[in-house]
Amino acid sequence: MRRFCLYAAVVAGAAVMLFPFLWTVITSITPDGSLADGPKLIVHNPTVDAYRTLLDAMPIWRILVNSLLIAIASTGFQLITGSMAAYGFARLHFPLKNVIFGCYLATLMVPLQVLVVPLFIEMKTLNLQDTYFALLAPTIASAFGVFLLRQAVSAVPAELDEAATIDGAGHLRIFTTIVLPLIRPALATVAVFAFMGSWNSFLWPLVVIRSPEFMTLPLGLSTLQGQFTTQWNVVMAGSVVSIVPIAVIYLLAQRHIIAGVAHTGIK
Amino acid sequence: MRAKKLGWVLFFLLPSAIPLVAFTLVPMVSSLWVSLHKWNLISPMQWVGLDNYTNLLTDPTTRQVFLHTLVYVVGYLPLVYAGGLALALVLNQRLKGRAFLRATYFLPVVTSWVVVALVWKWLLNPANGLVNQILGFFGVPGPGWWTDPHWALPAVILSSAWKDLGFVMVILLAGLQSIPSDVYEAALVDGANAWQRFWRITLPLLSPSTFFVVVISLINGFQVFDQVYVMTGGGPSGSSQVVVGHIYDLTFRYGRAGEASALSWILFAVILLITVLQVRGQRKWVHYA
Repeated sequence: MRRFCLYAAVVAGAAVMLFPFLWTVITSITPDGSLADGPKLIVHNPTVDAYRTLLDAMPIWRILVNSLLIAIASTGFQLITGSMAAYGFARLHFPLKNVIFGCYLATLMVPLQVLVVPLFIEMKTLNLQDTYFALLAPTIASAFGVFLLRQAVSAVPAELDEAATIDGAGHLRIFTTIVLPLIRPALATVAVFAFMGSWNSFLWPLVVIRSPEFMTLPLGLSTLQGQFTTQWNVVMAGSVVSIVPIAVIYLLAQRHIIAGVAHTGIK
Repeated sequence: MRAKKLGWVLFFLLPSAIPLVAFTLVPMVSSLWVSLHKWNLISPMQWVGLDNYTNLLTDPTTRQVFLHTLVYVVGYLPLVYAGGLALALVLNQRLKGRAFLRATYFLPVVTSWVVVALVWKWLLNPANGLVNQILGFFGVPGPGWWTDPHWALPAVILSSAWKDLGFVMVILLAGLQSIPSDVYEAALVDGANAWQRFWRITLPLLSPSTFFVVVISLINGFQVFDQVYVMTGGGPSGSSQVVVGHIYDLTFRYGRAGEASALSWILFAVILLITVLQVRGQRKWVHYA
């Protein structure tokens, strides 16, 4: 009996988690005229007008593609730069190694807000405002990724490298054929965080991007609510467009994403 | 031989070192420099020494935005921790549809803050939002939420907790699963009841995961911005303005980049201090098995 109550509570909670998403979809297909006293659960005359208005108001497809491209690029870059640095710190011996690693960790502690103003000036001086490069620049390398991957590389038995060295393999071969395949779980964790970080990023795009062609979804959506203060169906249509791609990715990779997040907590 | 070795070091490190220097280290140093100047982003900088810092520390607005940020953190953390722990405990048992339930609770975590803020702004719309409609159905007059100075921060806290609940649940689930089952078996043999097992075994052995959640939540909580900017814009009349929102306004609304930089360093110092205190204090309550 107690078990049943707990179960019912958890299921009810899950409904609370899902319902806002359903409500978003319902609102987005409610016609303007029926919005005033709030949408109803059953929409009597569903319409895609809000989506049409959205398409007219901003290049939403391009913004969606921007978000995906930047997130994929930033994930790829962080995996490459991070795993290489991880190998360097875990396997190579060079002077000042610990000091340099300490500098990497120091950048991890500095919050984005400290960097936003000078980074903005830097981009302005280099005339890189309103470019993909500006969006991508702060996320090419992440100290968090380097740290996590270094732990993983250190856990790979050194005997494997030694055996490969005797067989005549160089650093590049050891890195690509021995180390990389063995640190796949850590790579997955870094990929999840890099992708989510870029996909959700808001403050930096807000500062550095002005023209709609280079906006990402969070920024595009936030400008939407200024334009359509009372037309919540349009704002919710934009929300639907930005939820669907990430929800599809999530459904496909759900197990890996949750495992990747859980992995950080255990360490 | 030496040159070849150095070549490999550069090969492996430069791809990360160059962007980190260019886009983190250089801005970091120049931010310190800017914080010692009066500057509106356009006309030349004017050296003012530590004036920005002393002005900020005596400015009542600074106190206010720090207070709001603190209220946010204090409201948010117990909510997500208690909720996440309860969920983790239930979903750690063998239940039908457990994987589906976990996945459902985690869905908001992958949704962006801006979307979450917009959806909740709509749900909490005072006039025709769903929440007030439901409250009205039960005869409870709903508050003005983000239009009411007393309810703006609670509205932000509520939506943030909704989004992060699944994250905390996943971290705590991983922690629960790493507790060896023989500890529970031994406790059962000794006749410990469920309540005792929870307080004497589960919570202490979960403390490393709890520590992780608390540290991360405090670091992220003090940097809260997206959901506040979208939901309330810091209003009404500054009643929900947080530190990062104030930094943004100082720079891009009032053209006071020097003070904004100084404030960002004060925030950094506060976060660093809190984190260091926690790492120091963990010995008292975190038990590593």
